[in-house]
Amino acid sequence: MNGAPIGGISGVMDYRIKLDIFEGPLDLLLYLIRKNEIDIYDIPISMITEQYIAYLDAMKSLNLDLAGEYLVLAATLLHIKSRMLLPVHEEEGAEEEDPRAELVRQLLEYQAFKEAALDLNNRKLLDRDLFARQEPVDDIDDDGDSPIREVGVFELVKAFQRVITERGGDFTMEIDTETMSLSQRVSEILDLLNEKRTLTFDELLGREFNRRSVVFTFLALLELMKMRVARAFQQAPYETIRIYLAVELEGTEDHEGAENDY
Amino acid sequence: MKELKTIIESLLFVSDIPLSIKKMKELLDDVSEADVAAAVRELVDEYSRREGGVFLAEVAGGFQFRTADISTPWILKLRGGRPASLSQAALETLAVVAYRQPVLKSDIEQVRGVDVSAALKGLLEKNLVRVVGRKDVPGRPIMYGTTKRFLEVFGLKDLSELPTLRELNELEEEEPFD
Repeated sequence: MNGAPIGGISGVMDYRIKLDIFEGPLDLLLYLIRKNEIDIYDIPISMITEQYIAYLDAMKSLNLDLAGEYLVLAATLLHIKSRMLLPVHEEEGAEEEDPRAELVRQLLEYQAFKEAALDLNNRKLLDRDLFARQEPVDDIDDDGDSPIREVGVFELVKAFQRVITERGGDFTMEIDTETMSLSQRVSEILDLLNEKRTLTFDELLGREFNRRSVVFTFLALLELMKMRVARAFQQAPYETIRIYLAVELEGTEDHEGAENDY
Repeated sequence: MKELKTIIESLLFVSDIPLSIKKMKELLDDVSEADVAAAVRELVDEYSRREGGVFLAEVAGGFQFRTADISTPWILKLRGGRPASLSQAALETLAVVAYRQPVLKSDIEQVRGVDVSAALKGLLEKNLVRVVGRKDVPGRPIMYGTTKRFLEVFGLKDLSELPTLRELNELEEEEPFD
């Protein structure tokens, strides 16, 4: 968050600063609407489209990376503009929706969440505005007192290397017509964990001898750990690594969650 | 029962997460939840009357000792760190998750109009957002929700304490285009 005030546009140099404060195409559009003191329910599409595209041009001239989303909205604006130019057929006119309606809905929705974000930020935040007892910095006990220790990425890589070497000889590269996606594998592992609660690293890899599958499974596991969905533990170095589900996936209605025993 | 209040005060003092009445009742056998609640209320009042350096706050479904506002600059000095803050992208993403949960990544992107992968990852790492399940549609995409840590950080008792989204209500009432 930088608190730079939004001033008038006096020159190209201004853009650099302004760009940092836009969170995306909708944010830029909202800014233009506010700057021009336009009624959001009656946006002069032609004028706004012109200004919006002028901003995009300025971004380009500064060699800034223009996220694809900005261009998508530019296309949407142009499309709406062209629809506004079409004559309204009287027969069906009553039923026809304003071409701007969907965009306005999107803008109002985004604005509402932008305000909600501001409200959140205005609250008294822990570790910023007030403090409580801190969690111990190192909650993973590594000095052997604890019977079970959490496994980090490096240990997992080591285990992965072991699997690769153990099964190494049999690896055959094959051209697979059935392509496997990472998200698909993530889903499968989630289902497995949901059903069995816990799996060993070897069980997870199964009897898979296909290098591609082993790699995908490993990447999927890393992804799940990164998302804090799965956690890996072992009794001691080089012991069996067990994967656990870190969160309760059933009963999604219950936002309170059961994973933290307060 | 003076002892009960003393024990509860100690428990709250030691705990690094908000303690719920239920949790305290479990720790103290032979005490009713009503007794625990009454003792906690008394403590809340005592600390609030005292106007000292700590107060007992009700957050995230439990109670937690927190510091007084005016001490903040010195606590930051003591801890030797910068205050924790969230980027605008993170805050907007968090707001969508908080109000729309359980929510898909694609829903958040629909609202914000940008890719939210990085923001979402940051929130997961900060433990403000968690995976709450999978949607029962093809591909079974992952649904996200907020954590207890979110309530704790933002000082909310529960999710119902979030203010209502004003603009959306207005929009639904007016329905200017339908």
